[in-house]
Amino acid sequence: NRWRKLRFLLLFNRQGKLRLQKWFVPTSDRERKKVIRDMIMLVLPRQPRTCNFLRWKDLKIVYKRYASLYFCAGLEEQDNELLALEVLHRYVELLDKYFGNVCELDIIFNFEKAYFILDEFLMGGEVLETSKFAVNVSMEQADTLQE
Amino acid sequence: MPAVSKGDGMRGLAVFISDIRNCKSKEAEIKRINKELANIRSKFKGDKALDGYSKKKYVCKLLFIFLLGHDIDFGHMEAVNLLSSNKYTEKQIGYLFISVLVNSNSELIRLINNAIKNDLSSRNPTFMCLALHCIANVGSREMAEAFASEIPRILVAGDTMDSVKQSAALCLLRLYKTSPDLVLMGEWTSRVVHLLNDQHMGVVTAAISLITCLSQKNPDEFKTCVSLAVSRLSRIVSSASTDLQDYTYYFVPAPWLSCKLLRLLQCYPPPEDGAVKGRLVECLETILNKAQEPPKSKKVQHSNAKNAILFEAISLIIHYDSEPNLLVRACNQLGQFLQHRETNLRYLALESMCTLASSEFSHEAVKTHIETVINALKTERDVSVRQRAADLLYAMCDRSNAKQIVAEMLSYLETADYSIREEMVLKVAILAEKYAVDYSWYVDTILNLIRIAGDYVSEEVWYRVIQIVINRDDVQGYAAKTVFEALQAPACHENMVKVGGYILGEFGNLIAGDPRSSPLVQFNLLHSKFHLCSVPTRALLLSAYIKFINLFPETKATIQEVLRCDSQIRNSDVELQQRAVEYLKLSSIASTDVLATVLEEMPPFPERESSILAKLKKKKGPGAVSVTELEDSKRESGELNGAGERGPDPSVMAASNASTPSPSADLLGIRSAAPVSNAPASAGSLLVDVFSEAGPAASSGAVNDDGFLSSAPPSEDPAPPLSEAEELLNKFVCKNNGVLFENQLLQIGIKSEYRQNLGRMYLFYGNKTSVQFASFTTTVSCPGELQSHLNVQSKPVEPLVEGGAQIQQVLNIECLTDFSDAPLLNIKFRYGGALQNLTLKLPVTINKFFQPTEMASQDFFQRWKQLSQPQQEAQKIFKANHSMDTEVIKAKLLGLGMALLDNVDPNPENYVCAGVIQTKSQQVGCLLRLEPNAQAQMYRLTLRCSKDSVSKRLCELLAQQF
Repeated sequence: NRWRKLRFLLLFNRQGKLRLQKWFVPTSDRERKKVIRDMIMLVLPRQPRTCNFLRWKDLKIVYKRYASLYFCAGLEEQDNELLALEVLHRYVELLDKYFGNVCELDIIFNFEKAYFILDEFLMGGEVLETSKFAVNVSMEQADTLQE
Repeated sequence: MPAVSKGDGMRGLAVFISDIRNCKSKEAEIKRINKELANIRSKFKGDKALDGYSKKKYVCKLLFIFLLGHDIDFGHMEAVNLLSSNKYTEKQIGYLFISVLVNSNSELIRLINNAIKNDLSSRNPTFMCLALHCIANVGSREMAEAFASEIPRILVAGDTMDSVKQSAALCLLRLYKTSPDLVLMGEWTSRVVHLLNDQHMGVVTAAISLITCLSQKNPDEFKTCVSLAVSRLSRIVSSASTDLQDYTYYFVPAPWLSCKLLRLLQCYPPPEDGAVKGRLVECLETILNKAQEPPKSKKVQHSNAKNAILFEAISLIIHYDSEPNLLVRACNQLGQFLQHRETNLRYLALESMCTLASSEFSHEAVKTHIETVINALKTERDVSVRQRAADLLYAMCDRSNAKQIVAEMLSYLETADYSIREEMVLKVAILAEKYAVDYSWYVDTILNLIRIAGDYVSEEVWYRVIQIVINRDDVQGYAAKTVFEALQAPACHENMVKVGGYILGEFGNLIAGDPRSSPLVQFNLLHSKFHLCSVPTRALLLSAYIKFINLFPETKATIQEVLRCDSQIRNSDVELQQRAVEYLKLSSIASTDVLATVLEEMPPFPERESSILAKLKKKKGPGAVSVTELEDSKRESGELNGAGERGPDPSVMAASNASTPSPSADLLGIRSAAPVSNAPASAGSLLVDVFSEAGPAASSGAVNDDGFLSSAPPSEDPAPPLSEAEELLNKFVCKNNGVLFENQLLQIGIKSEYRQNLGRMYLFYGNKTSVQFASFTTTVSCPGELQSHLNVQSKPVEPLVEGGAQIQQVLNIECLTDFSDAPLLNIKFRYGGALQNLTLKLPVTINKFFQPTEMASQDFFQRWKQLSQPQQEAQKIFKANHSMDTEVIKAKLLGLGMALLDNVDPNPENYVCAGVIQTKSQQVGCLLRLEPNAQAQMYRLTLRCSKDSVSKRLCELLAQQF
């Protein structure tokens, strides 16, 4: 099975508060809660400068901390960890470009925008558009379309 | 309120979020939420129609509440209403709510589908994208039914905007995964494949995911994508770091697209078209070269993106497993990463090397990194890296390094994280068994394992050590002694007591001669542990005691005393009580003969797959993959069992080769058929069965009934190869014709000829007696791995051979790939009513497929140098067994099939040969140098071949010839 994709993407802070959750495959509520709990428990206690990859059940977990927020993705067995790390980074860049110096508060108060940006970048766990420019254009377009 | 809201600020929402954040307690938060829910509910139910903005705001609040982890049971209808709004942001929030909150079997689906349909046909690209996103996010069967035929049309239509195409491609992929039956590509196939050529990089990036998925299901229909992918890849790889503008990521051109292309290629075998393949190899080389170039940026993103492509390229190289040059380069590259300062790279290098270790081309190269990997196991700060190191050690283990690796893993176990101990224990147990050269080492290792990590030693592990000790009489005494010593420890693990009880019960007599381990001492030692053990272990010990009574009559009184005491005979546990009562009775009424029969030594267990291996395979998680790969890999029987030929019954083989203990002794017996086929079928359950039997009579009775004691193989089975079979084989390495075998009844002659990778062998069976041979049958078999290396076909022979007559049989032989074992020839016939059954090795050796190659001195040395990797060379220094006469040696070398080259070696005493081995799958170039030392009566033989297994095998074969 060689297609690659993310199974989920979670954003949570150092206190273990979940800020964003995106599921790319159908996942029951119960399972979601379990994954969220396990990821927070697995990732938060990790020392700084350890490696960004973990195994959890049959998934590869890739996470990275940006300021107070942890970005954490679950990958299928065949996926490329380094590239997933850059998926996280590109998402941070896109948020940053849109909000300008993005911080956790931006994501709290504009959670819907964070979802929209993610949708412009990923679809069904696959990279939809890697160009920062293209994603940004569609976000700006959306903003000018309002009212 | 912070000024962070952007775009269409919804003030009410921001206030609400602030309120929630200001809540001091969970209770306050819930209170605030409930207030808000009540407010929203009343607004939704109110008489006044809400405007779009308010609806959007309340739906958004509901969404926020849901994302905080609270249940939301209303508002869906309002969200669906938003879908038909003409305002983009209202529509957008509606779709977001649906994507997050609507599960696939909602009754709203029909309404939602209607809205989606309208947006898809709106020709407004932003609306279309929103609709496609919603389909991809929900991805239900109903949606697939409604849209699976529409989306391919959007995807390939000429006037579709690029951004819509991208969304359509991934949306279709999503539907295909949920409902492959509904997505019919048929007519669209070639147009979809040609999206690989699209001008727009974003379209290619999205489309390639779809193509990869589809081509896994229908590789033939999509196979044109291979050449398109290669040329696209080639264009990216050779582009300058700024050519691709916004698709360049930190100076790396299109990393996502490159990786996806490389992944797509992994769905297919190497391209058949030479030009395409050449181009691809060039790409892979470029990627490997780039890894050595100085970085264009110090940013970690640059190196991550670059290395992501590199790792994907290495995966492809491993997937092809056919380019030794690239494999070795990949391995060297990973070797560099093993010591990289980036932890991530060390982690990934260890992970990738695991797969590389199972390729026969690179296994040796991986092994050279053993010290680094061991060091990683000891010094890495991060447990996830240490775990990868342990996995890699397991994958790279073979006979040559097993002792070192097992020792390192054992010492790591003492400090290993609890989460991985059980798996480590299984791995150590498997390696110890698989590569045990001597059984005492195996026994030591397992007992150490129990000592260090007793809690993590599963039943399978200690069952297995007992099976092996029972089956190998050369280790029983040692096992008894070792386990006796281990039990001396004041605190020993219960698993140790189990092993001890079982082994001393069976083989305690082997050490009873020493007064320090006299029967009574043994008994007291075991019994000192009794009270600390659980019920099943106590039951086992009681069985050991009754065996003691049989083995050592002098312990009878003491043991009966123990059995008779209230804590046994009136034990509240029914199993223990029953055993105590029955054993006591048995020991007092049965005669010694009866007792001896009932408690006879356990018969050998049937050879079978290790249940430990089965357990590890079952265990989800890392390493499980590498086990299967390890098992499948050719190394296992090829190299690991060395030159030892594998007969139908390894244990018999080992016994007959007693003088050379035994690189070939196959402890696992993984592939060999069970000699006692009517034994209980379920692996691993056997011991449980014995233990759980109610009483001794019942248990050993049951064993008897199962035919356990009749361990002699049924006579119709092929006999094990003759002990001299190897010798007979050696006679024919340098010649093709002669008498293969002769006894008082039968003579077998051989004539054979070989051309390229094909051979024909004539076998002549002569009846030396005056009496007819009846039911004369011959069977040629390629045991184990050999089947896939050599193809031997034979016609059946006449079942009657008259006295004094000779019959002929023709064999056609095809060499598929290089091999080490020899095919077996089994002959059965009745002579005067008695069944004769004998097995020989057919003298088909790899050198038969040589084509001589003439070359000049200069060429020879150039090629010699090219084959300079350590594993390509095999060398042996040995004493001359035959005449060292020049002519004799020359004749043998010519018989070998290589060209004997004159005037090549500066020393005229030396012999130099060259040849190519022709197999169906490949040609293997071989160079040979034989340096005689007449004074010392010694030779030095050196072989260099393009394939290491061939060097090794030829060296083994030839060392017997001179």
